[in-house]
Amino acid sequence: MNITLKVNGQSRTVDVPSDMPLLWVLRDELDLKGTKFGCGAAQCGACTVHINGAPTRSCVLPATAVQGADIKTIEGLSPDGSHALQRAWDELDVPQCGYCQAGQLMSAAALLEKNPKPSDADIDSAMNGNLCRCATYLRIRQGIHRAAEMLSAPTPSGVSRNGTPADDASVAMPSTTTR
Amino acid sequence: MTTPILPVSRRAFLRVSAIAGGGLLLTSVFEPLDAVEALIAPSGDGPLPSADDPRLSAYISLTPDGVVTIMAKNPEIGQGVKTMLPMLIAEELDVSWSQVRVQQASLDTKNFQGQTAGGSTATPSNWLPMRRVGAAARAMLVGAAAQQWNVPASECTTEAGVVHHRASSRSLTYGALATAAASMTPPDLATVPLKDPKNFKIIGQRVRGVDNASIVTGKPLFGIDITRPGMKYATFVKCAVFGGKVASANVDAIKRLPGITHAFVVEGGDNLGGLLGGVAIVGDSWWKVQTARKQLQVQWNEGATASQSSAGFAQQAKSLFAAAPQRSIRNDGDVDAALASAVKTVEAEYHYPFIAHAPLEPQNCTAHFDGGKLEIWAPAQLPDSGRQLVARTLSMQPDDITVHITRSGGGFGRRLYNDFMVEAAWIARETGVPVKLLWTREEDMQHDFYRPGGFHKFRAGVDASGALTAFSNHFVSFGEGERFTSSGDIGATEFPARFVPNFRIASSVMPLGVPTGALRAPRSNALSYAFMGFLDECAYAAGKDTVEFLRGVLANVQPTPAPEPGGRPQPQGLDPVRMRGVLDLVADKSGWARRASLPKGTGMGVAFYFSHRGYFAEVAQVTVSKTGDVKVDKVWAAGDVGSQIINPSGAEQQTQGAVLDGIGQVLAQEITIEGGRAVQSNFHDFPLLRLTQAPPVEVHWNLTENSPTGIGEPALPPIVPAVTNAIFAATGKRVRSLPLSKHDLSWS
Repeated sequence: MNITLKVNGQSRTVDVPSDMPLLWVLRDELDLKGTKFGCGAAQCGACTVHINGAPTRSCVLPATAVQGADIKTIEGLSPDGSHALQRAWDELDVPQCGYCQAGQLMSAAALLEKNPKPSDADIDSAMNGNLCRCATYLRIRQGIHRAAEMLSAPTPSGVSRNGTPADDASVAMPSTTTR
Repeated sequence: MTTPILPVSRRAFLRVSAIAGGGLLLTSVFEPLDAVEALIAPSGDGPLPSADDPRLSAYISLTPDGVVTIMAKNPEIGQGVKTMLPMLIAEELDVSWSQVRVQQASLDTKNFQGQTAGGSTATPSNWLPMRRVGAAARAMLVGAAAQQWNVPASECTTEAGVVHHRASSRSLTYGALATAAASMTPPDLATVPLKDPKNFKIIGQRVRGVDNASIVTGKPLFGIDITRPGMKYATFVKCAVFGGKVASANVDAIKRLPGITHAFVVEGGDNLGGLLGGVAIVGDSWWKVQTARKQLQVQWNEGATASQSSAGFAQQAKSLFAAAPQRSIRNDGDVDAALASAVKTVEAEYHYPFIAHAPLEPQNCTAHFDGGKLEIWAPAQLPDSGRQLVARTLSMQPDDITVHITRSGGGFGRRLYNDFMVEAAWIARETGVPVKLLWTREEDMQHDFYRPGGFHKFRAGVDASGALTAFSNHFVSFGEGERFTSSGDIGATEFPARFVPNFRIASSVMPLGVPTGALRAPRSNALSYAFMGFLDECAYAAGKDTVEFLRGVLANVQPTPAPEPGGRPQPQGLDPVRMRGVLDLVADKSGWARRASLPKGTGMGVAFYFSHRGYFAEVAQVTVSKTGDVKVDKVWAAGDVGSQIINPSGAEQQTQGAVLDGIGQVLAQEITIEGGRAVQSNFHDFPLLRLTQAPPVEVHWNLTENSPTGIGEPALPPIVPAVTNAIFAATGKRVRSLPLSKHDLSWS
């Protein structure tokens, strides 16, 4: 059947089976590969997108159910990778394999939208549904705090494509060396 | 265009070329090696290639705009190698990191060697070779500048991609020199001078992942993201019983379902690591294929494995423990006499379950067979092994198969096996169209190469001074005759071997039809739990604090026995000085001496382990509620991986990740075998660690004068016993089987 979805501000019409989950419409019909498949059962959070601002698992959500809703994916989080969370993720070098991070970022972005200064307990309840097999959790937590800090600062600090952070003081528990 | 190949060391060659349009292209080529795969031995303590026998190669280009492009030849699976290896070249080339671009190389055995991810080998096998290539390129750029200025090269210096002749205040950028440098004679790789580590500008810095920007914006990087024109989607349904075959299937009915283009039976073979029997369904979208699959009806010939179960394994282990061991692994002194004369003896049985890898990106592969040639896009840790497997199975020449290496959404050892690649290749040839095969999570969980379970019976004796005088281990594992199942083996240097005068390891095996394989720190991730858990029991029996007790064992080095006639010399195992170093460091950092002040229900546990050339000692602080809920409060990890932490950001990540990975295993991970199949299917019954369960992990490095070694694996093994030992300290309950979710740890 033909359905029309509003994805990242654009209206897109696709012909798909009525029970096709939004995840597969995004990935295989609209070629938005940022949203990931992890479990197909809303167990891991890799497929998290925003539906009218709310973090939602797209792998079990039929696309037909969200016609007319505002759908935002990782590709639409910012036009140029400049969302505070994206900058914080790079600055603190959060990803390992990186596979879950789109889902992590979407959950975290929804959290910051409604709570710009989240506590650790707020992060716990917002992020506990997003699995990271590499267990980057310590830096995910830190990354959310760092992004909140950036959002409250008047000018965002620049982050280059690569290079070393100018100030390691922002990295909690840096490793120590003994010789 | 390419200058003749110049022999520059015994077995290494630098190939220097000019790039069309100007610039320098440097390729280092090495003679075929006897396989870096040999380094990926489960023991992880095999010999390293010597420094003057480099095994891997590099490929760098320098264009007139000053941009340095380094091909990342190894698969990136989250271990940070795509960032770390180029850092080594950039350091000695003496460019600023911002000038460096990194590109993923495809599988190219003509130009690259050892395009693998496994065994924590990338650091030890590349530390010198990569730096030497960078240094050789720098020397050629300096040579080109010196020639142009007509000054001795020794008067020139470099900094951040510029050659300076300070005496005459002249400077030229690398970009401006790149074309001229391409005609310089390369220096001897074996003798090219390397930087003094105190002058490192990139090595030792927290360098962020080169793919971070793509990851945080959702760019297609992973195998699952590959798209080809005209591509179809495939699913491959295998028998739930490992190795089962298709007797019949309603493929004609499946073919008629909406969106389905092909459905066919694959006979498959008997190699559990190769192409197995199953039914392929191919169609216009993966969702339509999954929908059609619900109508699939298959009669399976389940085969002999259907009679195997975890309960049956436990029963057999009991019988094997009651009998004499089948095989001796090591036997020093007189264990029985020493046990008989010991002041105190301890005896315990330990058991650990099968566990799955569960990388978050399910197994997948895209393949296109066209005109007798096959093109493959695969998230694979051993892409060349995959190509060989495909060539054998499809009766093709390896040269007719191209493999593109994609980023992997986690590896952990799962992608050392190329079953998904051969399935995709077969389906692609049968259909003649580009096909993306994608497994479901359930298939990923139920068709893994599991970390094998194991059973250990220990006996030990201590003397009046509390010293360990006798130690005996009967290990019941899986296999046949002298052969252990993959990663279910044990070596003769398993600690405390060499540190107890009367020491014995013996083994017995039972048959297994379930595929097993390497999971992050293979073998070590299981043996650490049993051995370091039991040694903690020995410490209590000796009336000693475990750190003190372990220091005593490490100090008690025994003379090395002569190798048995005709036998190979035994590997040495751990270096007690290095282990003592990390043990002391972690005891200091964790406040081990102050643990008596912890309230009841909270305890600290300690363990160390040597694997993959790395030394780690870890302390876990754990709180167990009165109702038995376990929370790991904090972990301190001390590591010795040599003289230099190349990328502290990556090294800290790998250590914290490995520690948290191990905590996830301890808490609730288990694959149960019933009727020859895996019971667990998704994250609801095979839970991964969650954010709220992740304690802070402090990482401390003990730098020692040893060549740097890898860090993807060695931090995992000690955390498992550190946690269970901490539970004993907190509750008095000894955890002799895993996972914790099966235990009642309540206390009052």
